[in-house]
Amino acid sequence: MAGYKPVAIQTYPILGEKITQDTLYWNNYKTPVQIKEFGAVSKVDFSPQPPYNYAVTASSRIHIYGRYSQEPIKTFSRFKDTAYCATYRQDGRLLVAGSEDGGVQLFDITGRAPLRQFEGHTKAVHTVDFTADKYHVVSGADDYTVKLWDIPNSKEILTFKEHSDYVRCGCASRLNPDLFVTGSYDHTVKMFDTRTNKSVVSVDHGQPVESVLLFPSGGLLVSAGGRYVKVWDMLKGGQLLVSLKNHHKTVTCLCLSSSGQRLLSGSLDRKVKVYSTTSYKVVHSFDYAASILSLALAHEDETIVVGMTNGILSVKHRKSEAKKDSLPRRRRPAYRTFIKGKNYMKQKDDILINRPSKKHLELYDRDLKNFRISKALDRVLEPSCTIKTPEITVSIIKELNRRGVLANALAGRDEKEISRVLNFLIRNLSQPRFASVLINAAEIVIDIYLPVIGQSPVVDKKFLLLQGLVEKEIDYQKELLETMGMMDMLFATMTRKESTAASDGLLENKRIES
Amino acid sequence: MEEAAAARVVRCGGSELSLRRAVFSADSKYLLCVSGDFVKVYSTATEECVHVLQGHRNLVTGIQLNPSNHLQLYSCSFDGTIKLWDYLDGILIKTFTVGHKLHALFTHAHAEDSVFVTINKEKPDVFQLVSVPLPRTPRQDAEAGEPRLVLDHISPSPKCVAFGGQGDYVAAVRDFYLSVYFFRKKATSRFTLSSSENRKHAKNNFTCVACHPKEDCIATGHKDGKIRLWRGFDDERKYTYTCLHWHHDLVMDLAFSATGSSLLSGGRESVLVEWRDAAEKTKEFLPRLGATIEHIAVSPAGDLLCTSHADNKIIVIGRNLEACAVIQGLVRDSRVLTGLMVDPRTKALVLNGKPGHLQFYSLQSDKQLYNLDIVQQEYINDCGLVQIELAKAAFGCFGAWLATVEQRQEREGALELQMKLWAYNKKTQGFLLNTKVSAPHEDCITALCFRSADKSDVPTLVTASRDGRFKVWVLADDSDIYRKAEGWTCDFVGSYHKYQATNCCFSGDGSLLAVSFEETVTLWESDTWELRSTFCQRAGRVRHLCFGRLTCSKYLLGATESGTLCCWNLLSCALEWSTKLSVSVMEPDPHSENVAAVARSSGGSDLFVFKPSEPRPLCVQRGVCSEEVLWGVFVPRDVPEALTSEALQWLNRSQFYFLTASQSLLTFSSKSPEEKLTPTSKQLLAEESLPATPFYFLLGRHRQQRGEQTDGAAESERVQLPATENVPAVSELLHTPAHVLPSAAFLCSLFINSLLLATEAPSAEGMPEDAEMEEEGERDSSEEEEAAPEKAQQAGLTDGGPGGDEAEALRQRLSKCEKELRKLRRVDYSWVAVP
Repeated sequence: MAGYKPVAIQTYPILGEKITQDTLYWNNYKTPVQIKEFGAVSKVDFSPQPPYNYAVTASSRIHIYGRYSQEPIKTFSRFKDTAYCATYRQDGRLLVAGSEDGGVQLFDITGRAPLRQFEGHTKAVHTVDFTADKYHVVSGADDYTVKLWDIPNSKEILTFKEHSDYVRCGCASRLNPDLFVTGSYDHTVKMFDTRTNKSVVSVDHGQPVESVLLFPSGGLLVSAGGRYVKVWDMLKGGQLLVSLKNHHKTVTCLCLSSSGQRLLSGSLDRKVKVYSTTSYKVVHSFDYAASILSLALAHEDETIVVGMTNGILSVKHRKSEAKKDSLPRRRRPAYRTFIKGKNYMKQKDDILINRPSKKHLELYDRDLKNFRISKALDRVLEPSCTIKTPEITVSIIKELNRRGVLANALAGRDEKEISRVLNFLIRNLSQPRFASVLINAAEIVIDIYLPVIGQSPVVDKKFLLLQGLVEKEIDYQKELLETMGMMDMLFATMTRKESTAASDGLLENKRIES
Repeated sequence: MEEAAAARVVRCGGSELSLRRAVFSADSKYLLCVSGDFVKVYSTATEECVHVLQGHRNLVTGIQLNPSNHLQLYSCSFDGTIKLWDYLDGILIKTFTVGHKLHALFTHAHAEDSVFVTINKEKPDVFQLVSVPLPRTPRQDAEAGEPRLVLDHISPSPKCVAFGGQGDYVAAVRDFYLSVYFFRKKATSRFTLSSSENRKHAKNNFTCVACHPKEDCIATGHKDGKIRLWRGFDDERKYTYTCLHWHHDLVMDLAFSATGSSLLSGGRESVLVEWRDAAEKTKEFLPRLGATIEHIAVSPAGDLLCTSHADNKIIVIGRNLEACAVIQGLVRDSRVLTGLMVDPRTKALVLNGKPGHLQFYSLQSDKQLYNLDIVQQEYINDCGLVQIELAKAAFGCFGAWLATVEQRQEREGALELQMKLWAYNKKTQGFLLNTKVSAPHEDCITALCFRSADKSDVPTLVTASRDGRFKVWVLADDSDIYRKAEGWTCDFVGSYHKYQATNCCFSGDGSLLAVSFEETVTLWESDTWELRSTFCQRAGRVRHLCFGRLTCSKYLLGATESGTLCCWNLLSCALEWSTKLSVSVMEPDPHSENVAAVARSSGGSDLFVFKPSEPRPLCVQRGVCSEEVLWGVFVPRDVPEALTSEALQWLNRSQFYFLTASQSLLTFSSKSPEEKLTPTSKQLLAEESLPATPFYFLLGRHRQQRGEQTDGAAESERVQLPATENVPAVSELLHTPAHVLPSAAFLCSLFINSLLLATEAPSAEGMPEDAEMEEEGERDSSEEEEAAPEKAQQAGLTDGGPGGDEAEALRQRLSKCEKELRKLRRVDYSWVAVP
């Protein structure tokens, strides 16, 4: 026959943001550490190699921070003017940066003076990057040109003059040493091939391009400009895959999560949005205090670093999972006890008899199954249950009421136990989702314990508190009714034509109110 | 050609299975139970109904196996007859007429030629246990002998009478006393419980009694949940009793196991309790059986027991207290709130079942298909508890969606209301919970209907409530990147001057919604939810509302509480016609324009079938039943019938079923009673033998005729078939490697012998072992004698032509076998005779 049916715990929808795996993942960061820089933070770049230091470009300096340091562990300040786009090489040993005066400088991260200086641009260089073979540097400048430099002999190899406006962003392919992408204020994103001396693919973003990003596979290109983030399929010759418009202001920076499953975009509207790269839906968003200029994620998403226009660098570290290990682990039975008899292979003439699997029941369900009603109620009145999951307590009270034994379960309690019941009532009585059940329970409690009132000062105090709560609630309801009366009057003055619509609206309002 | 002027009202299935204790056959293969006017024979292994024993003209009130022949069954009925059946073949053997209304039947091994029945002679509430001698006559119908009084003033329930295991006493209980009649002494002893007299509110009334099969021990159940075991009751002063107490409510039934080693008891807790060695300490339980245990029966072999339950269910339980089969009929709930519905997929009738369940009941096979657990909560069976009731249900979108409303209202407490929407899952072939809406309205929901729309449209549901609103619910996409999901959300809330919404209905094409608010009917556009028009007749609250179908779709019908039936024309927005008729049920036929209305009148309920467009009703049938009709429904027929009579034409496409206040499910049948009574088993046999193709109709008859001519040839063919398969000796012979076998000459005679015995033995066993039909038995054996030489010859031929003398020897051996077989059979009989 059918087994015991566990008590259905009434679930209540949580208003506001839904809890999903993503919100849990992206909320699992500590409170941000704020570091003040000298000017707007235009670029943050993590070293791809341990110990995962990061370079922060702000004003005329480049600061290198360790992962948990609040002070820079190294500073490059040999710039005459504003520095731009300090970027690590793939091995984490070289750093390249552009500057306002048109120079491109290459640093060894252990040294202080630049190793190489590439002179050739006439205007500010806003983007630099290493190619996949590590021996070349790509730079884009406000003089509309894109240049390719050779590191060993610090020579200019190629110059591309296909853009018709400032080149503000670029990105080299991680796989092919000959391919790189640049985005420009002429609304185009162009992919160049060093073997052909000209662009191979050009796509029109429609807005001045602020940031470009190539997927690790090189098949997808993401461009940001204006309020749009657009994803292009490069394997189909630059076909627009999806256009995202989730920001209110210009999108300034893009970043991929370490797994490649999520795309992050930062914008001047002070938000970072996280997209799924399969459905391109926003799955999470962060708020920041100021407009965001730069954004970077550490290895394994351990740290999120966001640079803002007011020169504040916000660093968020992931919460460590070491806490769980600190608890002494209970010794469990060995694995073989669980598979005992399960891996038996049936022989030819054997008749296999399966033992019916035992259904797991919660402790309160086990008590209810055996009709131990007071014990079941005691169990759900434990502080751990009442604070974390009051809906379970309410559901059990409701179930006891359905079984017609609530009065029996509440009766015969001593001072400590009854104060526990009263505490729960005081805490939850005024919540509309629990009110109907708890008012009934409160009435029963008052009926049962009325004769012994005055014997315990602790319980008397609780009763007074409950009384005050009820009075407050009544006043509140009165006010609400008054408000509703006023609103009714307002709606009544509307024209006859709109009366039906208005009454619907009123109904809606009433539902919200109630 | 004559045709019946009007359709007859027939009761269709759903009779109570748990009216009386079920009876096991001696080998526990079959379970026999009463079911209305019939006795049903179920197989305990497959739960299938094997035979329906039809013949009684009134409620069957008792069945017992014939103690002298366990393949026969006695049954008694309110029609005053006792019938003897061969339940294996479903044949009525004899009918004995007693003349009184018989309330219960008992048999006893030591009183072979008489049975005991409970009758009431003079006053309506004085019942007597009498012994009725049954005459031994070869005739089919016989008058039973004059009844002899055994015990007077007994309870009419068969649970209150029990016969001692050795047959020397009978115990009966009533109110506060236990009376035991000793057959030898011809005296009655009476025992009363001492406490019962003093205390006014003592609740130790006797409820049931059972006797130990071996010892002199009587167990009695009491209203306060106690079980008393009486011993030494042959002396009125020296008797003792012990008390067993576990039940907290009255003990409904008691039964001793076949050997008497344990006592079984059950009650309203729906827990079967087994008391081992009649001790309080050693008891075992089988809990959660679903409903109050009404009866407990134990098989004579002792390997099975069964419990009959108040929800029309019999559970067959193995000796280790594990349920092994469930025979479930139509559950009769006292309150059918959901009304009758038809599941569009299975064509099953759907209504309230067990508390909190929706039952799907197959009308064709009179069987419950399955139970859908709506409330999904532990059911506590206790009197005075307010249970969650399944108040409303509706199918939508061709059976793809099911909406249910459950409510619980305590006397002064708040109303708990919950609406659930179930999606049909093709993979599991069942309904899965999709959306749960708690408190969809502030007051009771009065009506619920889906929009009957095309597959492309969004599924839409409308609920009307007493809180003065109706709500429109639509299926909305609720999916995000993690999962695909859809759920129901409220789309529109409508009201009309804050009147209570009493009913709602969609037009056939789903473009219009009619909602009745007390006396007013409002029409809403279903695309924009705009109020289009209102009709008000000032003739009381509108109770029923429905749109005309097909060619009559421009009409809207409404029936009010004060007894007016109105028909509005939707094109002219005016009243087309109205009539005085206090309609209690109004149902449109989904396959035609017809509308059936059942009205309450002084002489019972009257049925009117009419088309909204025509002023004259198609069919008027007065007095379809004497009580109020609560619900009705049209069930579409699988194959349309071709009834030409004008009064019956409305039954062509669908059949009308209705449920009366006393929970009986009735329908209309155009067939004559004889036709209706043709056993389905016969039809089945014909169908099994040949598929009914056009070829069959051409050739099947021809073959049947020829088959009669060539009977002998066919028989010889039949002989050969089972021989090679069933006989273990032959199979062994055929499967043993040739090199380890003895020589073929040695094996030959052995082989043939085994063949002969094997074909005879099953036929001997399978023959109806009937002592009273001696003539028939003789004829049978002579037939066998004729057949046997043929078989022998056949076997000889296959062997490869043995000589004539060999055949002779074979024949002799065969006759020897025959004799042995006879002996065996005789032995068999003697074994049978011992109970």
